[in-house]
Amino acid sequence: MGLFVLRRFGVMILTALCLTFVVFVLTNLEPNLEKLAKTQGNARMSDEQVETWLSNRGYHRPVAVKYGEWLGVLPGYVIEGTDGETRGRCLRGGVDPADAARFCGILQGDWGFSTVFKEDVWKIVLTRLGQTAKLMGWVMAVMVPSSLIIGVLAGMREGSKLDRSLSTVSIVTTATPEYVSGVIFITVFASSAVGLKWFNGSATSAMEDITFLNFTLPVMTVALYGMGYIARMTRASMTEVMTAQYIRTARLKGVSFRNIVLKHALRNALIAPFTVIMLQFPWLLNGVVIVETLFNFKGFGWTLVQAAGNNDIEMLLGVSVVSVFVVLTTQLISDIGYVFLNPRIRIS
Amino acid sequence: MENLTWTGTLGTILNPALLAAAGLFAMAVVLQILTSLVVEPYRAQTLPDGRLSRRGGAIGLIERAPQYLLWALILIVLGYLVGGVVAPYGKAGIVGAISKQLTPVWIALIVTFAASIRYKRRLGLYGKLFDSTVGMIGFGIVMFWVYTAFFSSVGGIIATHDPLSQVSGLKNKLPGTAVPNATDFAMGAHYLLGGDNLARDVFSRMVLGSWEVVKIAPLATMFAFMVGITLGVPAGYYGGKLDTVLSFLANLILAFPVILLFYLLVTPEIVLTGIPSYMAAVLFFFPVLFATVFLNARFRTDPMKRNVILGVVVGAMVWAYLSLISQPGTVMNFLPAAADLFNIPPGILVVFVSVVFVNSPTVFRIVRGLTLDLSTRDYVAAAQTRGEGPWYIMLWEILPNARGPLIVDFCLRIGYTTILLGTLGFFGLGLPPESPDWGSTINEGRKLLSIYPHPALPPALALLSLVLGLNLLADGLREESLRD
Amino acid sequence: MTEDTPILDIDRLSISFFTRLREIPAVMDFSAKIMPGEALGLVGESGCGKSTVALGVMQDLGVNGRIVGGSIKFKGRDLCTMSAEELRDVRGSEIAMIYQEPMASLNPAMKIGRQLMEVPMIHEGIGEKEAYARALEVVTDVKLPDPERILKSYPHQLSGGQQQRIVIAMALMSKPTLLILDEPTTALDVTVEAAVVQLVKDLGKKYGTSMLFISHNLGLVLETCDRICVMYSGEAVERGSIEDVFDKMRHPYTQALFRSIPLPGADKNARPLVAIPGNFPLPHERPKGCNFGPRCDYFEAGRCDQGVIAMSLVEGDDRHQTRCLKFEEIDWDAKIEAGETKAKAAVGEVVLKMDNLKKYYEVSANALFGGGNTKVVKANETLSFEARESETLAIVGESGCGKSTFAKVLMGLETATDGKILLDNREIQGTAINDRDTGTVADIQMVFQNPFDTLNPSMTVGRQIIRALEIFGIGKSDAERKARMLELLDLVKLPRAFAERMPRQLSGGQKQRVGIARAFAGGARIVVADEPVSALDVSVQAAVTDLLMEIQRKEKTTLLFISHDLSIVRYLSDRVMVMYLGHVVEIGTTDQVFSPPYHPYTEALLSAVPIADTKVEKKHIVLEGDIPSAMNPPPGCPFQTRCRWKSKVAGGLCEREVPPLRTLAEGHQIKCHLAEDDLRRMEPVITIAAE
Repeated sequence: MGLFVLRRFGVMILTALCLTFVVFVLTNLEPNLEKLAKTQGNARMSDEQVETWLSNRGYHRPVAVKYGEWLGVLPGYVIEGTDGETRGRCLRGGVDPADAARFCGILQGDWGFSTVFKEDVWKIVLTRLGQTAKLMGWVMAVMVPSSLIIGVLAGMREGSKLDRSLSTVSIVTTATPEYVSGVIFITVFASSAVGLKWFNGSATSAMEDITFLNFTLPVMTVALYGMGYIARMTRASMTEVMTAQYIRTARLKGVSFRNIVLKHALRNALIAPFTVIMLQFPWLLNGVVIVETLFNFKGFGWTLVQAAGNNDIEMLLGVSVVSVFVVLTTQLISDIGYVFLNPRIRIS
Repeated sequence: MENLTWTGTLGTILNPALLAAAGLFAMAVVLQILTSLVVEPYRAQTLPDGRLSRRGGAIGLIERAPQYLLWALILIVLGYLVGGVVAPYGKAGIVGAISKQLTPVWIALIVTFAASIRYKRRLGLYGKLFDSTVGMIGFGIVMFWVYTAFFSSVGGIIATHDPLSQVSGLKNKLPGTAVPNATDFAMGAHYLLGGDNLARDVFSRMVLGSWEVVKIAPLATMFAFMVGITLGVPAGYYGGKLDTVLSFLANLILAFPVILLFYLLVTPEIVLTGIPSYMAAVLFFFPVLFATVFLNARFRTDPMKRNVILGVVVGAMVWAYLSLISQPGTVMNFLPAAADLFNIPPGILVVFVSVVFVNSPTVFRIVRGLTLDLSTRDYVAAAQTRGEGPWYIMLWEILPNARGPLIVDFCLRIGYTTILLGTLGFFGLGLPPESPDWGSTINEGRKLLSIYPHPALPPALALLSLVLGLNLLADGLREESLRD
Repeated sequence: MTEDTPILDIDRLSISFFTRLREIPAVMDFSAKIMPGEALGLVGESGCGKSTVALGVMQDLGVNGRIVGGSIKFKGRDLCTMSAEELRDVRGSEIAMIYQEPMASLNPAMKIGRQLMEVPMIHEGIGEKEAYARALEVVTDVKLPDPERILKSYPHQLSGGQQQRIVIAMALMSKPTLLILDEPTTALDVTVEAAVVQLVKDLGKKYGTSMLFISHNLGLVLETCDRICVMYSGEAVERGSIEDVFDKMRHPYTQALFRSIPLPGADKNARPLVAIPGNFPLPHERPKGCNFGPRCDYFEAGRCDQGVIAMSLVEGDDRHQTRCLKFEEIDWDAKIEAGETKAKAAVGEVVLKMDNLKKYYEVSANALFGGGNTKVVKANETLSFEARESETLAIVGESGCGKSTFAKVLMGLETATDGKILLDNREIQGTAINDRDTGTVADIQMVFQNPFDTLNPSMTVGRQIIRALEIFGIGKSDAERKARMLELLDLVKLPRAFAERMPRQLSGGQKQRVGIARAFAGGARIVVADEPVSALDVSVQAAVTDLLMEIQRKEKTTLLFISHDLSIVRYLSDRVMVMYLGHVVEIGTTDQVFSPPYHPYTEALLSAVPIADTKVEKKHIVLEGDIPSAMNPPPGCPFQTRCRWKSKVAGGLCEREVPPLRTLAEGHQIKCHLAEDDLRRMEPVITIAAE
């Protein structure tokens, strides 16, 4: 078991390295750097000015070296610019070159500096992630129980009317991406055209204070799309279990239907959805980006959009590190959880 | 010129009926669900005359009521549509006018269904689809959009206005608003679903937007399948190092949040670097590779025949491939214009490539799993014991038997691709901003959503219905293919 | 309730399944009675409706199945009209059911103890402590070692035989009056099966339970039941006491069934197998009149194909009934017309020689998590034998004995770890299939076990045979190959029209014939038949077996016949090789192996095979425990953990050393430490009572 986790950890780190490197390469492509220079410096810079702007800030060096610096395995650059100013990776915020650390990459805890937000990436990630965690937490709290209940109810008697009604609901929700359900929700519950105005169409105020009014719609929007998927998985797993031989055994033992579902079927039926729920996180991340944009909720997803839109290299890298970490951790949890839920593969 | 109401004169009778039926239906469904949780399922007894007994009394009624009410609802909706087609323009309101405008689509649908149901026993899996209600509904919805897309773009007959022309005075106007200079009640006299914030006709944009999806989604999915199959089958069959490496790569792509990937890939700057062209060159090569190996494995025992078949098929495919990736104005421009069959606008290409790129790893995983399962079969062992090459076994013994789940997943994946395309549009990536595709339209409409929801809602519902149709279709196919 | 009331009284029961297209009658006009303490055997081929009867009794026919006529009375109460609640009370407490797959019958996520305790807790409302005590008692009753540990384990931690014992224990938890067993031993190995059958018999007596025993195996029914009911295509065709039906059968189907199974007591020349012609009718294509009519030797047009045929009583016997109009006219004692006795082709040169073949696998100890430590599985240990032209060598053994691995190595799907395989004096043990030349590949071909898996479901039959011809380089043009393909279909006695069919349109036996045609496409000289008939119905088995032998005669093929069914092995093979856990424990001519002295394992194997002949007397040797896992074989002699002769060998030699292969007589070798004396003292397992 320990060895397994260790190996998974190794794979995880390798994946993270590969992914961040890809992001690094893509963001450091020449046209992207040019765009960065023009947004940060001056939109009407000449090609030469762009050139000097970039070389003064150390952008015009081999990608591998820059990546190494970002990681913290190579010493940070110090460049005396053509404009006379000395810039260095570790010299941000007016640190004296003499006292500056030699290495200041992610391994040293230095996530870099956001060119858009003019702040340390680490700080932004922390605050924004906190906001998104609130959203995710509520989404999970709504989505997981309701989808499991729907799935189990639908799957326990395949082909029954209850099954058909609930399956219809879940198939509709899987066909409703967040940007569609969000639009419909806002139209119905928040627009002046319909006039119900039960909820707020924007979740900006939820960043300070979450209320039923301002948070219901974003949470529902994210939850809905994932819900159908998990519910369908649960249903499939449940119907499969309900036709299993051992359920027949239980039935012919005289176990009541209620107890068949609760004692015999449920645990076996929830093994598969558990994995699915965990693997939903990357998907949820998408939903979060869309919803945060749609409802103007300045969380992690919104930050991603801002960073990507402005080629904020270090911010983007920070965002990728975090999301890769989230995705891989959930995969790990899902694997370990699967082993624990399923006695068949648990090893003494 | 008057503005149109939603249902016109037809509504005076049908609207109250619809409202009543819908309300009762909703109540009946809830009631039925509640009773089914409490009451034991009925054990039907066989009557002496061979029929089955039905549950009587209040519970029996509760069990059957939703069915009757659903039929009533369907009839009323049909009433609106048929009424719209039959009644003169304007009499049946917006719904009627839209229905009239869609007449060619209705006809095409009726013909398709009539022919398919008539010959369903001879049509294999496609025919069996018409045994399943769910499948038929799904297929109906999908074909509705396919026909709409086809007629409106190629036929030019469904849309009432040009999707880009702006009519002054119709900015953000509500559905049914009359076009100022139109003189009589005829097509184009109204903005049937209102105007957007640039005073363009929402209905026409929605209808033409379907073409963007119908032309990209299935094709992109197909390429993703080609990539996934070409890599997934050997990974599952050989296992070992190859499998480890490929699976790692697939997981690598899957661990990328899709939106981050899109933001990195689908930008004008990336198009400038030529990365999409390189990716296209790699991804589009898979079908050629696949076809070559596929045919070679089959005809390897007869070299003469193989050379001819391979020469013709692969030759044609290579030409198509070269024309596809060769693009004037990009890094890949090597074919003379005369030999270049077609060109794809770089904006579309990058969208296409990234959608294929995002979808392939999932297909890879599915195909790999199916292969792992099928390689244990005796007919695979039989092929091995008569000394077949590995590629024959993979592509002729294993792959055809995985087709059931793959077809089902293909339908689902087209739906997912549609959603991805919408996501791209929603973030304003890739396609030009004035493009009528659904995602971009939703993106534009959402800015004024709380005041004028009507420009954003139609494309949103259109996308929803298409994806729903594909999901239902996949469900129907799955059900029918399992029935064997 | 008096002694005369039947426990179960099924009266004119009809059950149908309803599909979208039509109603499919599965059981028609079925009647049966089970008296207290009586065991009724229900016999028939797959699809005859015997399992449906059982599920009908349990009232668990699923959504599509429905009882369309008749009644099922349990202790006088009609089960069909009971409410769901009443049914629940009966199920598990008064009627219990055991079925085929023990692993699937147990909840994988629930401890054995919980699953057992549940039964009395539901039906008798007793507390956990009491239920636990009961569970412990019953688990001890089914002779499982260390009951307390077993109650704490999950199903997957037990072996197949142990699982089936648990299922039996579960059924007995509430001391039911009726036990329904649906093919309870089909998934088990022969020696394990014998032990389970013995257990069921003993417990049935101990608890006084009535039994409905469903099986396709006549021998098993003979061993366990008092009465028998033979079903064919949804109908009971004959029923009566075991003695009456086995010795004085009065229905042509029963007779045909008996004639198509090989009996180890009988000589193959005196009593050849007679296959039942034709195929089992599909449920919606049943003929008019007698269902068996089209396949019956005594069929009389205008009489047997008219109207409904009812059961009629055979006078003089005990409740012996048959569904045949002509049973009084048929001469039931007529000898089987022995078809022309075909001379066997003379055994020729040595074609294949194995010399000390070894095949070891490295398996990682921990499948899920990979992990560093690997284990060596010795799938084949020092395998040596030779096979000659036109000879049939049977390879006998239970699961894990290494017979499939051996086949793989021979075919070249795996390469040998050590030793030699000589084909015509060429060494081929190290050449993988892709490196073998076409001739070698075509020479050694294989017929697979599972007919439903042996053909590619998405290719026509003709295409699959043609592909084999293409690969073996036979025929110069497509037309030539097509002609050859049609000839091959003729060879396996299939209509030429089958070339265009898809495999799903064929029955199991027909598929197996196609598999044989494909194997012989390249003129194979050695054919490995891996249990080619074990998945087929009894009546089809004979036909396929005969076909194989006929082709063998014609083509002078060397047949390596892998099987666990000793009856069929005795019927068709020239020499027999018995394997256990990768070792050859005995090899010799058929007569040598089937008569003493035996290897102790062969002895047990012979005793375990159920024989459907009342005249045969068999010694009962029940082996303790299960077959050890090949991953973890015992030290010394592989069979020592279950051997009943072990005590005769002094000094625990069996536990320390693998015995050498000793030659007892010309060509008869066994791997055993037993002294000559002990071997000579062995008695025959099977004796035929004098007539």
